[in-house]
Amino acid sequence: MLSIKDLSVAFQTRKGEVNAVRGISFDVAKGETLGIVGESGSGKSVTSYALMRILDAGGEIRTGEVSYSGQDLRRVTERQMRDIRGSEISMIFQNPRAALNPIRRVGHQIEDVLIRHGRATRRDARAKAIEALEAVRINDPEARYHSYPFELSGGMCQRIVIAIALACDPQLLIADEPTTGLDITTQKAVMDLVSDLTRARGMGMILITHDLGLASQYCDRIVVMKDGQIVEEGDPKRLFTDPKHAYTRGLVDATPRIGATIRGLLPPEIRTAEPQHQVHSRPVLEVVDLVKTYPGKSGPVQAVKGISFEIKAGQSLGLVGESGSGKSTTSEMIVRLQDPTSGNILFDGQDIAATPAARFATHPARRDIQMVFQDATDSLNPRGTAASAIAEPLKRIAGMRGAKAGARVAELADLVGLPQPLLSRFPHQLSGGQKARVGIARAIALEPKLLILDEPTAALDVSIQAIVLNLLVDLRARLGMSYLFVSHDLNVVRLLCDEVLVMKSGEIIERGPAAQIMTEPTHDYTRALVAAAPQPPAEAA
Amino acid sequence: MSDTSLAATPRKGDKTLGHIAYVLKGNPVTLLAFGMLAVFLGCALFGPSLVPYDPLATNAPRALEPPSWAHWFGTDQLGRDVFSRVIVATRLDLTISVAAVAISFAFGSVLGSVAGYWGGWIDAVLNRLLDTIMAFPLFVLAMGVVAALGNTVENIIIATAIINIPFYARLVRAEVNIRRYAGFAQAAKLAGNGDLRVLAVHIFPNALPPMMVQVSLNLGWAILNAAGLSFIGLGVRPPTPEWGIMVAEGANYIVSGEWWMALFPGLWLMLAVFTFNLLGDGLRDIVDPRKRT
Amino acid sequence: MSRTRMILGRVAQALPVVAGVVVISFLLTRALPGDPAAYFAGPAANEASIAQVREALGLDKPLIQQFFIYVGDLITGNLGQAISTGQPVAADLAARLPASLELTLVALVLSCAIAIPLGILAATRPGTWVDHLCRVIVTAGVSMPTFFTGIVLIYVFYYLAGWAPSPLGRLDFIYLAPPHVSGFYLIDAALAGDWFTWIGALKQLILPATTLALFTLAPIARMTRAAMLTALSSDFIRTARAAGLGRGKVLYAYAFRNALLPVVTTLGMVFSFTLGANVLVEKVFAWPGIGSYAVEALVVSDYAAVQGFVLAMALLFVLLNLVIDIAYALIDPRIGVA
Repeated sequence: MLSIKDLSVAFQTRKGEVNAVRGISFDVAKGETLGIVGESGSGKSVTSYALMRILDAGGEIRTGEVSYSGQDLRRVTERQMRDIRGSEISMIFQNPRAALNPIRRVGHQIEDVLIRHGRATRRDARAKAIEALEAVRINDPEARYHSYPFELSGGMCQRIVIAIALACDPQLLIADEPTTGLDITTQKAVMDLVSDLTRARGMGMILITHDLGLASQYCDRIVVMKDGQIVEEGDPKRLFTDPKHAYTRGLVDATPRIGATIRGLLPPEIRTAEPQHQVHSRPVLEVVDLVKTYPGKSGPVQAVKGISFEIKAGQSLGLVGESGSGKSTTSEMIVRLQDPTSGNILFDGQDIAATPAARFATHPARRDIQMVFQDATDSLNPRGTAASAIAEPLKRIAGMRGAKAGARVAELADLVGLPQPLLSRFPHQLSGGQKARVGIARAIALEPKLLILDEPTAALDVSIQAIVLNLLVDLRARLGMSYLFVSHDLNVVRLLCDEVLVMKSGEIIERGPAAQIMTEPTHDYTRALVAAAPQPPAEAA
Repeated sequence: MSDTSLAATPRKGDKTLGHIAYVLKGNPVTLLAFGMLAVFLGCALFGPSLVPYDPLATNAPRALEPPSWAHWFGTDQLGRDVFSRVIVATRLDLTISVAAVAISFAFGSVLGSVAGYWGGWIDAVLNRLLDTIMAFPLFVLAMGVVAALGNTVENIIIATAIINIPFYARLVRAEVNIRRYAGFAQAAKLAGNGDLRVLAVHIFPNALPPMMVQVSLNLGWAILNAAGLSFIGLGVRPPTPEWGIMVAEGANYIVSGEWWMALFPGLWLMLAVFTFNLLGDGLRDIVDPRKRT
Repeated sequence: MSRTRMILGRVAQALPVVAGVVVISFLLTRALPGDPAAYFAGPAANEASIAQVREALGLDKPLIQQFFIYVGDLITGNLGQAISTGQPVAADLAARLPASLELTLVALVLSCAIAIPLGILAATRPGTWVDHLCRVIVTAGVSMPTFFTGIVLIYVFYYLAGWAPSPLGRLDFIYLAPPHVSGFYLIDAALAGDWFTWIGALKQLILPATTLALFTLAPIARMTRAAMLTALSSDFIRTARAAGLGRGKVLYAYAFRNALLPVVTTLGMVFSFTLGANVLVEKVFAWPGIGSYAVEALVVSDYAAVQGFVLAMALLFVLLNLVIDIAYALIDPRIGVA
């Protein structure tokens, strides 16, 4: 049905021409789901924009053939292309709420597409739009028809986006990272929906994702892209059990899954022995009856409802939950960026919750509890160099200046594997992995006893994530730090942590050793989380 | 994907002077604006010593002469050389606008930062205060203040500063508010910075790039304001040379065809304001670290 | 339901501002130099009669008491007596306000008609000559002092070309003012079917309205361009394009309606500037509006008139802001809920 031959796309940028896609070829048959998997910069999204002809200004298809049902999509006029978009080939994107017109009712947005492609007249548009909402299994479609996007959750917004895409019964659906930013359970629900609908209608689908595990669960065939070229293709099971190309092998190794080890994530040539870390019996952190209540619009909202737990010295504790579970609020209270409404936080026996957050900067325990943030870009001052970011705690808390601070910064850079010349760069001149290292170097600068990691690898490519996770393992063995690892990704947590806490709606609903939680969860919710995590096909015995 | 793929070489953009040169080279309009600024600064600093005639010297027999080689911009109704007056007026007008903008920048930044960072009742009170100032059409308020406090240059500066404070305050408040919970602000707290240091040293400098544009626009407005006030008789008094007064005096003569008395000061005024407006984007690029390659 | 509450909330928020305006205008004008009592008493007065006049005007009482009397008067609509005209200030203002409003509104309509399409065009064709033209117009417009532009326009179109009538007010002396209905000559003349006078009023309006419009063109065009650029690069436009929606629909129903929000806010600010710039334009064109009224009053320290003017302008502006806030809430369903 769709056939791409030798496609090349180039962009004009300030620094000259960039070849985003360099001669790729693939086919999608009717009723088949094809996955395009690659890390950032691989050109996977650009490919789909190019075939839909919605490239940004400055982007151009240089060579290649794009034929859809016999038509050459490069040669049709813009008007004909507009007819094809939405009614023959549809596309859905990531970040569903931003993908909808914020000041137009969702029902009307569906009608716009129906009327545009002649699938409805003004009179029956409303009925057809409600039908489209029913098809994506939205509760109470009559009421939802009148909603604005800001009134709906992320998952519901994605359903609306899917409804718009499928309203005119297209033959091919392109899904560009449709689950990024969604909770794991919502992710599963959305992917199941899309998969069911496309198969039921006999549609072809292209799923573009960076998650090889996700692609392997929903696709018939996978194509792996790197630097604008296709390096391998095949069916998911074969790719996982017998990858031919070194890059694919690297991706497979780096994908956290059941049966993987932390060192196993790395390429074989740099796998050293995994250092062991010692867990002592005395607790470094004790949380007692911690409560956080916010004044909400319609009454107080309890984000954290009285939780208690402890972390032993040297232990790595995972904290797992979806959005709204209270895990981020908990970690912010422990690191003293926020004040609890009630409860105690005992650090090395001392109640640090007694000092308000506004005054904690000068508390002696400040240097012993530090945090690595989720978004490395956001956590670095755009006006400061990497060196100044790392030196900040040294200056403010340890009083180090000048050459002494410089020497320590260089030492830390070595420790986290950051090349020395990068220290004078600004954040926008660094890659995602490099920024993550700067954040880690800053956090360990004063050798804290407790390090809180708030989804530190969520925004990173899988291969970089592997390196950063292993770095964290090395550091904790070397510096004897305890970790509180907050994440929504069960697979990653299981690899790194000794024990795991599962939170839901402000409460801890399960606690246990990491391995056990994944294989024998006791609570229903934990079971649902484990079931929702995408698992690639198991390796051959 | 290799983690060290970005080559670890030092670049030109890393040094401040190199960055300024890069900005100027990249945008010819900015280069032009800086060039014009240099001309105006030159007039302000050296003008009074270099002009051919004394701006206050009257010469009745040579009144109302059109532009000629002797008098490039002609003479006014009292025989004074228009060219000399226009150049000398640069110093006064630039002083007024720079002083006014500096004052409103300082006050507006402090007020806006405090309101944007701590929020709560401080924010509410500030908003009401700003609304009240902005409720007066700006020029009208300036008129009122100068009329009440007296017709001096200092009062023009004060009036212009007051009416400009809300713009800075609002802008700073918005920029600080966005960054209040940003990762780097949190990280600064973890590094041992108290609230005030986080605000002053970490958050506020990041608000500077958009403010630069506002600063340059305001420099232009401030000149227009001062000139406008003088035009209606408030502010600078004759015989002091000032662009607004000169246009006002010249306006009386334009209907009888003596166009040069009003045109040249007006054009010079326009050019100055135009220069400041063009500067805005260039200043922002220089201050914004993200523009470094 | 929550919309009404939001509107009432906005009105409530405006009240302290009104209070602040009243206080500030009172203080400002009490600080005016010159002694109104001496002026009222006349040139032949002596100490005693001046003191008598002062007492009659209530100027000998303490400031606080004067303030309360002032507020009391305000509530009954009494803005005092103007020295220069001898009329109640309220009446003066009512007579002259329509002139200013007519001028401002015509200027705003004119500049929107040019600026908004220009901004949209520049945003849809970035980097082309249209975009550069827009930028040049914007920068030049923001640089031009209104009084200077007015003078230049008079020189070119009246003195040199002879097209425009002499800049002496709303109607040339050969016309008679139309019967008073709204005070807006264009409306009144049309209502009376007097097209001859209508043309006359229009001819007088052109130059001053153009002067004002040139001034307001710039911020409106700049904001329209910026807002359209932001809207056009949003994710939801990408969705609309990927769904095959037509250019017109994408541009107007999707992009422009979203861009309207900041444009409407800018219009409010522009109206405020214009109310201020009115003063200068009215002086240049001898327009009998409240701006020139204020300037004349300032010169003779006519405190009641200046006070009344400042107060009227400020209240007008508060009202305008309220209207804009409400318009904003009607366009954007997220306001008042989030």
